[in-house]
Amino acid sequence: MSSLRITGGTIYDPANGIDGDVGDIWIVDGRVVEAPAEPDASADRTLDATGLVVMPGGIDMHCHIAGPKVNTARKMIPDEKRTAEPVRRTRLTRSGSGGSVPSTFATGYLYAGLGYTTAFDAAVPPLGARHAHEELEDTPVIDKGFYVLMGNNHYVMKQLAAGEPGRLKAYIAWLLQSTKGYAAKLVNPGGVEVWKGGGGNVSGIDDTVAHFDVTPRQIIRGVASTVQELGLPHPVHIHCNNLGLPGNHSTTMETMKSLEGHRGHLTHIQFHSYDGDPDDQSTFGSRVPELSAYVNSHENLTVDVGQVMFANTTSMTGDGPLGYYLHQVTGRKWFSGDTEMEAGCGIVPIVYKQKSLVHALQWAIGLEWYLMVDDPWRIAMSTDHPNGGSFLAYPEIISLLMDRERRREVLAGAPAAVSDRCTLKDLDREYSLNEIAIITRAAPARMLGLAHKGHLGPGADGDVTLYSPDDDIQRMFELPRYVVSRGQVIVDDAQIVCDTRGRTHYVEPEYDPDAVDDIQAWFEKTYSIQFRNYPVGDHYLQDPLVVPTS
Amino acid sequence: MSTTEAATETAPGLRVVQDATCTFCGCVCDDMELTVEGDRITKAKNACVLGKAWFFNHHVEERPEALIDGQPAGYDQAMERAAEILLSARFPLTYGLSDTTTEAQRVALAITDWIGGIVDTTTSVCHGPSGIAFQGVGEVTCSLGEVKNRADYLIFWGGNPAESHPRHFTKYSLMPKGEFVPNGRKDRTAVLIDVRKTKSAKAADHFLQVKPRRDFELAWALRALARGVELDPSIEETTGIPLETLEEIMDGMKKAKFGVILFGMGLTMTRGKHLNSEAVLALARDMNEHTRWSAKPMRGHGNVTGADNVVSWSTGYPFGVHLGSGFPRFNPGEFTASDVLARGEADAALIIASDPMSNFSQPARDHLEGIPSVVLDPKLSDTARTASVAFTTSTYGINTGGTVYRMDDVPIPLRPAFDSPYKSDLEILRGIESRIRQRQLAGSLPGPAVSGA
Repeated sequence: MSSLRITGGTIYDPANGIDGDVGDIWIVDGRVVEAPAEPDASADRTLDATGLVVMPGGIDMHCHIAGPKVNTARKMIPDEKRTAEPVRRTRLTRSGSGGSVPSTFATGYLYAGLGYTTAFDAAVPPLGARHAHEELEDTPVIDKGFYVLMGNNHYVMKQLAAGEPGRLKAYIAWLLQSTKGYAAKLVNPGGVEVWKGGGGNVSGIDDTVAHFDVTPRQIIRGVASTVQELGLPHPVHIHCNNLGLPGNHSTTMETMKSLEGHRGHLTHIQFHSYDGDPDDQSTFGSRVPELSAYVNSHENLTVDVGQVMFANTTSMTGDGPLGYYLHQVTGRKWFSGDTEMEAGCGIVPIVYKQKSLVHALQWAIGLEWYLMVDDPWRIAMSTDHPNGGSFLAYPEIISLLMDRERRREVLAGAPAAVSDRCTLKDLDREYSLNEIAIITRAAPARMLGLAHKGHLGPGADGDVTLYSPDDDIQRMFELPRYVVSRGQVIVDDAQIVCDTRGRTHYVEPEYDPDAVDDIQAWFEKTYSIQFRNYPVGDHYLQDPLVVPTS
Repeated sequence: MSTTEAATETAPGLRVVQDATCTFCGCVCDDMELTVEGDRITKAKNACVLGKAWFFNHHVEERPEALIDGQPAGYDQAMERAAEILLSARFPLTYGLSDTTTEAQRVALAITDWIGGIVDTTTSVCHGPSGIAFQGVGEVTCSLGEVKNRADYLIFWGGNPAESHPRHFTKYSLMPKGEFVPNGRKDRTAVLIDVRKTKSAKAADHFLQVKPRRDFELAWALRALARGVELDPSIEETTGIPLETLEEIMDGMKKAKFGVILFGMGLTMTRGKHLNSEAVLALARDMNEHTRWSAKPMRGHGNVTGADNVVSWSTGYPFGVHLGSGFPRFNPGEFTASDVLARGEADAALIIASDPMSNFSQPARDHLEGIPSVVLDPKLSDTARTASVAFTTSTYGINTGGTVYRMDDVPIPLRPAFDSPYKSDLEILRGIESRIRQRQLAGSLPGPAVSGA
């Protein structure tokens, strides 16, 4: 039995209604426990947190950190990596490269160094699941998992077109078990298949996908309701159609309506909130007011932002036609990778510039979302790492949310038209530390259905981040004083002092075994590998955690 | 990690392993049905001629577990000696890795990182130029199942799949019936571009005999036609192919619904090298202005694609990575194995499942022969013969499980046929790593120069 006591810290634990109270936290064998009744109880180790801000470990619920597309991006950008700050080998830790797409070991250490102890990769094609697990095993410290791409899956589309909800339900459960994935992800549902089948894209959620005779609306509605029936801890995770296109707000609104009251998480919503004419970038603007009003009044919806920050980064997506669009817009090098029966992929390096009207508007639209969703429990912080920017930008985003003057300074350096096309300059709201703790820990844990994460009550994982209060909010969040993962001190004064593995989380929803024959028959006719070689074996995951379905 | 439960006992001493994987070439076919009698594979249903040779010629040889300076030794003693050699080196080189599992590759990366060495794979001597081209222009590509299900126009360029990847035509590209090409071969047009008429030409509808060392010019001619640029008929003198033929091919390429260019080392290892790969990748990319096109290098060794992936996720770079400064640096030509050896720089080597003594340049071989080396190989290769420590290993895919990445980056599990008395690369590398770590953490030996430690 090992125990850790964190004493005298100022605790922000919104899930348990603790907002800046001074108190102690006890962790035994990796889990938070009630403080012992005996006044003279001692722990194996005590951290004096007097004067420090104490929060649960951060949770990134939408990032791209492992698997085929992430690794392809790493291979593609030596030009960026060459000048990026590397992660140096120490006596205890492996080396790595940094930049917008850090290597696996670097990713784990950099998240930990930022006070984040959990991160989920948002887009893994099932055929690449084994690869994603291999990388996650080489991503130290953080707990992790991934979402499985399903929105352009041939079997999914065929069952929807055939009106076979039972088969769809069995398949989604079977697929999550086979991949050891955590949640169902839709990326440009139907649109990626159109791109793979000869080029182009869908223009809205009621276009018919040729050959499959199904619409994006059917896919969204069908998968959302099936996920809910299966009792998965996280609802369907949706990357809407028409990402990035001026005028895409109507597609986003229709997508939210198409859920018909089912739970749904709309991801990187910033990229889906644009006014304007799709063929004319100069008409670009914000439609956050009406979209956020709809989210505010519909409790079945949660969002993460996908904040854009001004920097060099790499766009990577399961949205194949989006990759082509970005290649055409930027003229930069382009990777596209189509996976049989399942998914697409696009990668393009990108630079977001403060002086660009479109980029500055994207930045402002992201902030509008944070500031216009009334209930912080229904919005999670994300940059869609690395799409809008690196996860390393979170401290800067926090400072923008907590300080309206800082937002206005940035706005002053952007093209004047930005202020005419969005409402940011009029938004006075400033986040409190408690609200920051919600959108970076408590809310993402609740959205993911992780009862043991995002809070510091008894039974929670002993994941704790301790910050030194600082007038410079960005610096405060960039350099936590201590980071604790499952009761072990990982970071002490910006040094990694202990290297741990972290646990992969996945789900095992039940399915009707009789349904497998039909899946197998389809699989054997279409795939290029053997059916029995498809499921990811248990040995790919060391010390995994199965999160129960309800 | 054994998947031998797949085997069924059909008669005493006779077993059949279903869905086994052949690791001989980059196709990594996983539909082998192996009949195993004792420690021999006697039938390999679905295997091609190369696969059959791979499975049938695999015998467990009577050899010592290891040789230290040519003398028989046990594994423990050899692992101790290997750790000593690697720890005392100032500029160690890790090389090979393409014929072992990703599990073993990951440990090789760990060792190289801990000792601050260079890690390079056989990619640097085969499709390395394609990797460099990829960094220049990107790549539009797809999994082999996409080729099978959709491709109605195929261009094989600078390769001879009929002999190098014998099942590529039948299983993945030319012949199979697919979801969107229900009539298989009849629904597809095939073009072969090569400097000589190989056996693959018979399978193609069009054979274009490009003049030697003119692949770059040919690719650019096609790129020009794709863009609607008028070409001078003298292009025939340059490339060996008449303009009308090129126009006819381009017309077919534009009319296709889903085209794929599959290119081999005939493109990447002739004059122009990465510029040739870049031109072909750019051609496939450009064609997406008209319809869907992909390109894909035809990778060779069983798990060279896995090696690229492991080196990339561990360091951020695909091959030729220097870890001696305490963080990864990438520079092909500077940090690639043949160059490091030919310049006489490395002072120790860890060679895994590769035989540089049989294919590197003379200066590189001369240097490798003169430095302490640790070699892991199932066979007594030329490289193993000159090693300070030569481990006898079991063979991946035949004796040991693990993971192999197909040429299209699809990871596939192995189902071994029978046990070997010898340890796997993974077990041996783990033994070396733990010995190195013990000494480093105990501080009995100076670690590599590390800043920020």
